[in-house]
Amino acid sequence: MTSETKGPSDSESTSSGKKNSSSAILRVARYSLLRLVSMMFTVIIGVYLTILIANMGGYVDTIMRNEIRDNTTQAILANPNYRSLTTEAKNELIQTKIANEEKRLGLDKPFAVRSVKYLSNALTLNLGRAINMKSDQGSKEVRLILLERLPATLLLTGSSYLLLFFGSVYIALSLSRKYGSFWDKIIIASSPTSAAPPWFYGIFLILIFAAIFKILPFGGLVDSPSPSNPLDYSLSVLKHLILPASAVIISSIALSIYNWRTFFLIYSSEDYVDMAKAKGLNARDVESRYILRPTLPTIITNFALLVITLWTGLTITETVFLWPGLGITLFRAIGFYDTPVIVGSTIIYAYLLAITVFLLDFIYALVDPRVKVSSGGGGSK
Amino acid sequence: MTGLKKFFKELTRYPSAILGLSVIVLLLGISVYALATIPYSEAVRLWRGGEDIWYQNPKYAPPSWFNEFTTKKRPVSFKVNTYDGSLSKTTTPSSDPEISTIDMSYAFDYEYDGSPQEMMIYFKSNIIEKLSFVSITWLTPDGRTIRIADMAISNKDTYRFTQDPKLQKRLKVEAVDVMNSLFEDPESPGKILKGEYQLVITGTSFESASTIDAEFVLHGELFGMAGTDKYRRDLLLPLLYGTPIALVFGLLAALGTSVLTMVIAAAGSWYGGWFDELIQRITEVNLVLPFLAILIMVGTFYSRSIWLMLGVTILLSIFSGSIKTYRSIFMQSKESSYIEAAKAYGASSGRIIFSYLIPRMIPLLIPALVSSVPSFVFLEASLAVLGLGDPVLPTWGKVINDAWVDGALYQGRYFWILEPAILLMITGFGFAMLGFALDRIFNPRLRDV
Repeated sequence: MTSETKGPSDSESTSSGKKNSSSAILRVARYSLLRLVSMMFTVIIGVYLTILIANMGGYVDTIMRNEIRDNTTQAILANPNYRSLTTEAKNELIQTKIANEEKRLGLDKPFAVRSVKYLSNALTLNLGRAINMKSDQGSKEVRLILLERLPATLLLTGSSYLLLFFGSVYIALSLSRKYGSFWDKIIIASSPTSAAPPWFYGIFLILIFAAIFKILPFGGLVDSPSPSNPLDYSLSVLKHLILPASAVIISSIALSIYNWRTFFLIYSSEDYVDMAKAKGLNARDVESRYILRPTLPTIITNFALLVITLWTGLTITETVFLWPGLGITLFRAIGFYDTPVIVGSTIIYAYLLAITVFLLDFIYALVDPRVKVSSGGGGSK
Repeated sequence: MTGLKKFFKELTRYPSAILGLSVIVLLLGISVYALATIPYSEAVRLWRGGEDIWYQNPKYAPPSWFNEFTTKKRPVSFKVNTYDGSLSKTTTPSSDPEISTIDMSYAFDYEYDGSPQEMMIYFKSNIIEKLSFVSITWLTPDGRTIRIADMAISNKDTYRFTQDPKLQKRLKVEAVDVMNSLFEDPESPGKILKGEYQLVITGTSFESASTIDAEFVLHGELFGMAGTDKYRRDLLLPLLYGTPIALVFGLLAALGTSVLTMVIAAAGSWYGGWFDELIQRITEVNLVLPFLAILIMVGTFYSRSIWLMLGVTILLSIFSGSIKTYRSIFMQSKESSYIEAAKAYGASSGRIIFSYLIPRMIPLLIPALVSSVPSFVFLEASLAVLGLGDPVLPTWGKVINDAWVDGALYQGRYFWILEPAILLMITGFGFAMLGFALDRIFNPRLRDV
């Protein structure tokens, strides 16, 4: 069955490959350009929608205006230096201060104008300054606020997701070799445990290891005060990492293994695998050449999508473990109505996603001989 | 009918399906019970109520079944009153028609190893002018009679045992030891005297029309089936009432999402052209949008109502990756000969979509629907944990959030967080197990492996 479909397509590509190599390049270029334009279009709409939602149709403006008016009025009325001024003079001072503050935040321009400015700034990665939030160093640059949180998020999501991904693929591969075994049944039976999110297991882990046995910390990134010695520092971070990372892994390991195992089993029941086994190839060769090779595109896709989700962080898990990452920052930014931070965090995710999806098309073409670069598919518009 | 019978017969071959199904039936039963016994508005009123509703309960009390597992029995809270007769009340008129004597008494077995936190008597009377008079006495199992208080009461009065300076003086103890000295064995100090205690209240009313009612409340260390929280609320209420809310949220979100996704995918692949293209673009844009961030924004800026959250959740989940999966399958079945036949006899597009394309996909739809319920149930809890739970409804997530914010884990009040968490887990696993079995039944390709 497989050889039938493979045969003609192979011969077709070799015969046509020599004849029109120059037109093939043109086609590839045209296809990638179209794909790029459509991706860009998607990113623009997605980011603009986020800007609109983050502003709630001008509602956030009203909140901010009221806040400015309250703060300015309070500050001037409470300031002893202004006490000698007449009421009119005070009012005038308040009005000018409010106007200045609104101008600083861009509130004097209509939202439509501002939203376009947000968008163009976001698209050029000019993330601008936060409205209320500050980085730990006291900077209001959105770029710095996000960069400061990135290492913590990458440490948590990176360590747990990579362990989860490679762990489950590896275990799934060995399970698919002896399906129906005791461990295989355990994995099948425990796959419903993945219905619960990481923070849920986090609560149980904190209860067991932090509250009852008191061997691991409740949360946070390092001990307080943080050790000055780099070795002690990293050991302390490692100790704090164990629970949140385990929560992430526990919450999806069973289903992940189950899915990969089923996937590998479907591929290892193909005729060509039986053929390879019949030829007397050893198990390792069968696995790497006849099972892993055709499943590579799927593995790569999953891996790529996993890598970009590293960026979004784990908002709730970070909140539960007080892990100072990007997820918790985004959550706080929403609480502060800090549109620049929300948009900044979204645009980077959008770009990463777009780039990954774009690259995946090419990686597919490289690893999967069945996929041919053509003008069909997404670029047909 | 026989098809359905066959299906159920097949279902029983999977232990996980039976387990999952019985969990779901149990949850449905709890939901029906909760909705039947507590109307929606009453649940909201109780949940939002403060001290005025929950004054009878101790704070932070673990459930009373804790005693089953410990050798040291902790006192369980209770309340009795004259309104429902649990506190006996007899009125004796005297020769003077203006004056009547009201005797109230309550005897109870106290078999615990610790003294209660506090005892209170809430008096209620309906005098016009002349205050009524009550005297309270305490009878211990070894036959001692302790005079607690003699006092004049107006229409609404509260007597707290530990906060009466006269009683402290009479017992010669500090306020914190009042309870101990009332329940202590005088022969062996520090030990609780077990047996039947009796509270006797003798009231005298000096107006012919007035009467005295009393409510006796004992704040132990344990309370009820589920315990209480920081605000003295009985946790049984959110645990019971959270069940229908979780089920409704999970089921509606799962149903709305999967059915709409399927209909849109079918329509897109059937009509093709710009419509299909539009759906594809929306799906891609939706992929870029940060799902949780938008939900948090809606919760922070607009409203935290659970129904709005449900709507936004469905809206954002329709255009997900599964629309692409469905579309590619529809694209194949669109070319089938039975669709050709339908076209040939002149079936309308709507008829083809709803009667020919979608029914073929039901086997894929049902397991996906059931399996997606847990994620929505947990989503509601997740939002609550972020402080974005519905402000008026008693939900499981809200209990976890309350407990979390109050530092229940740091303070060792595990029951507070574990009860809703275990219910969430049971619900999640129930649907996941059923969905899992359904997947194997409907997709025979999986069955062999």
